[in-house]
Parts: sequence; C-alpha cells; structure tokens
Amino acid sequence: MLIETALHMATETTPSLLHCLGIQRRVLHALMMREIITRFGRENLGVLWLVGEPMLFTLGVTTLWSFAGMVHVSAIPIVAFAITGYSSVLLWRNSASRAVGAILQNKPLLFHRNVRVIDVLLIRTVIEMGGATASFIVLSLFFIFIGWVSAPVDPLEVLFGWMMLAWFGASLAILIGAGTAFSDIVERIWTPIAYLMFPISGAAFMVDWLPVGVQKFVLLLPMVHGIEILREGYFGNVVPAHYDVTYMATCCLLLSLAGLYAVREANRRVEF
Amino acid sequence: MTRQGRRKVLSDVNFRLGRGENLGILGRNGAGKSTLIRLISGAERPTSGRILRDMRVSWPLAFGGAFQIHLSGLDNLKFVCRVYGVDYKPLVPFVEEFTELGIYFREPVLHYSHGMLTRLAFALSMAIEFDCFLIDEAMVVGDARFHERCHFELFHKRKDRAFILVTHDANVIKLYCKNACVLHEGHLLQFPSVDAAYDFYQGTISARPEPVEL
Repeated sequence: MLIETALHMATETTPSLLHCLGIQRRVLHALMMREIITRFGRENLGVLWLVGEPMLFTLGVTTLWSFAGMVHVSAIPIVAFAITGYSSVLLWRNSASRAVGAILQNKPLLFHRNVRVIDVLLIRTVIEMGGATASFIVLSLFFIFIGWVSAPVDPLEVLFGWMMLAWFGASLAILIGAGTAFSDIVERIWTPIAYLMFPISGAAFMVDWLPVGVQKFVLLLPMVHGIEILREGYFGNVVPAHYDVTYMATCCLLLSLAGLYAVREANRRVEF
Repeated sequence: MTRQGRRKVLSDVNFRLGRGENLGILGRNGAGKSTLIRLISGAERPTSGRILRDMRVSWPLAFGGAFQIHLSGLDNLKFVCRVYGVDYKPLVPFVEEFTELGIYFREPVLHYSHGMLTRLAFALSMAIEFDCFLIDEAMVVGDARFHERCHFELFHKRKDRAFILVTHDANVIKLYCKNACVLHEGHLLQFPSVDAAYDFYQGTISARPEPVEL
C-alpha cells in the first residue's frame, strides 16, 4: 500500500529529534490537563485531591493499625511503619490500577495521530505517582514536625528505595494498561491480584520477622525488596533489612521490556 | 482481527493527493472506508505499506469521534489546541458561535445531542488550520442549515485546501469532489471521472442480491 498526500516526494524528511520532543511535550501536557480535569474536577479542592486522596488512605490505615494494638512493632513506631508501608503500596499499586481503564477511556483521543497508547499510560502513571510521592512527603514532614516520627536516618537511601518502587510500579502499569487492549481478562484478574498482593508485599511486615523458610518465597516479589531498602533508609539498622538490588532491578527491567513490547502491539489492536 | 481470525480489509491501495486537490471515496457499509481514513490520518498504522504525509493532515472528521465525553466542549477545544500547538483563546468565539452550544459549551460532551456533537466536531477541526481534511461522512449528518454552514466554511473559505471525503452516498461525492474512487472488496478502484465512479458504484449497489420477501 502506498498513499501519498504530498506534492513532492523529495521533501520526505525525518523530522528532527527536537521537533519530536516538542510534539511529545505538547501531547503530554494536553493529556495531563485532560486527566486532571476529569478526575478531580474544578470544584472544592480540585487538583489537591491528587495528594489528599492517598493521604486519607494512609492516615486511615495508620489509625486502624494503631487501634489494632500495634503501638510498637518491634523497635519501629507504628505510625512510621504504616506511613512507609502504605505509601509504598499506593506508589506501585495505584498506577497499575489506574492504567486499567486508560486505553478505553481515552480511545477517542487516539484519533489524533500524535496521541499514542504509551502517552496515555505514561501520564496516568506520572499523575498517580506524583500524588503518592507528595502524600508521602507531606505526611512524613507533618509527623516529624509534631515529633511522632523521627527523621529518616539516610534520606538518600529512602529516595533510592522509592525510585526502585516507582520503576517497578511504572513498568507494571504499562504492562497491565497495554494488556487491557488484548483481553478483558487482564482487568478482571488484576483486581484480585492487587488485593492479594497487599498483605504479602512487605507493607505490613519486615522480612526479618518472618520464618527463614518463608523469607525466600516472599523475596521473590520485587516490591518487597524496594520496601526493605526504603525502611532501611528510614529506620537504619533497627531491624536488619533483606534485599537484593540486582534481583529487583532485573525484575523491573524485564517488566519494562515486556510492557514496552505490549504497548507496541496494543497500538495495532486498539479498535475505534 | 475478528473472532474468526485475521481479515484483510484493504489491500493494494495506492493513490496520491496533491495540495488543493480533493478526492471522494465511495464504498458500501463495511467496505473499509473508515479504516482507510484512519490509516491516512495516522491514527492507525498499516500492516504493510507506506503512507507519506507531507501536508498538515487533519484527524478523521467523523461525527462524534475524537472527543473525551467527560470533558466539556471548551475543554475538548483546549485539548485539541494543546495537541496541535495552537493557542485556544482566540478560537473560543469562533467555536462558540459556530456550534451554537450556548451554556452547553461548558458542560460535559456526554450530555450533547447528535447535532451538537456534529457541530462541535466540525468547529474543532476548522479551528486548527490543516492543509488536508479527512472527512468521514461528517457532512451527511445534521440539518440543512448546518450543511450550509459547513459547506461555506470548508468549500468556500478553505477552497485552497485538499480533502478526502469518504461516504456511501454517491450524491454527496458528485456534489463536492473533482475526483472519485470506489472502495470495492478491499481494492481502491480509480476512475477517469466522478461520473464513471458514480455509475460503477450504482451498479455494485443494484447488483447486490435483495432479500427475498415471503
């Protein structure tokens, strides 16, 4: 098939990288505004809900865990434990959950040739992770300020753990989001998986507390490593952390490749 | 892809459209007209072959397409302007006036009637300056007054632009296009004149076996 909508074939040139980056920037900006308007609206707090929603979740879980009588889990105060744990879950889980409806809800916008599946998935991930990150920072600062939580021992290690979890979450979101273009089953099985993952994701325990036999199974899950790194950075050596950066990075890399491949195929499969 | 496996919708489709030229493509329902338009626009990629775009080609102007229904008409205008790198503010009066949406311009598109959607779709595509418009039966919907205004915007104010119009309505093609093709069984058949295409197309319609009434 050869279709030309041009007078001069000779003018066919590859646009410069800078030009393409300009288009990419415009598309992501347009999608960002589109998502924020439909998701949070313009009434009451508007876009502040982006941070408010995960904060409410984290505070709720923190309160529940506190009332459950777990004032101190080993040497870690429960508030700090809940904030680090639940914020991490929100970081990797919510972007994947938001990615599930991304293609379907934005399908008409894919009529514009520069709006691609990857843009739709990327922007949802960025928004979701921005909210989770802001919520984590605000809550940490607040509880540090009122003295319920002490400042992180190694902020850089916290940042590193957070980035690793973000990488895991982003690659998972892209894979799940693109997967929905292939089959509805992806959506149906993701919800129970996300639900079941929570108790074993490391949010509610430190690997060190588990029997040695169970530890190696739990450590098969990449996000457990991320939370262990994060907590080591936050609490220091109060509880020995168990993690393997190489293992987690390898998992994330494989997930990313699978996700990008799925996105490329999803572009062909989206039906208008 | 269908439930029965892969299905070839189009094959061996070749043509070239220069600046300011226009082309009407006739095809029956399911002939692959909309697929062809989406391929030309770049929204979909061909399984094989090449599509070269050397003009600013519009998105497929189909009725109701290309909207996010939870956004208002105004927010959809902003979205489109951001994607195509145009400032939306100077365009608001034109779109507001053309669409005659009144207060609905700031309400979610999902509350719009067919007519309102069509007017918004058309106004948005006129708001962005393209060299080539891809029209997917958009002109067929709407009332006489809307037809007249579309006609004026597209064929008078922008008569220097190229366009490709696909429809199953042979009379529309006869009215607007200088060249015509027929999309028949996955192939694009070219004709020396619009009349020749028209006659062939009418022939394929009447050749279709009619359901027998008992």
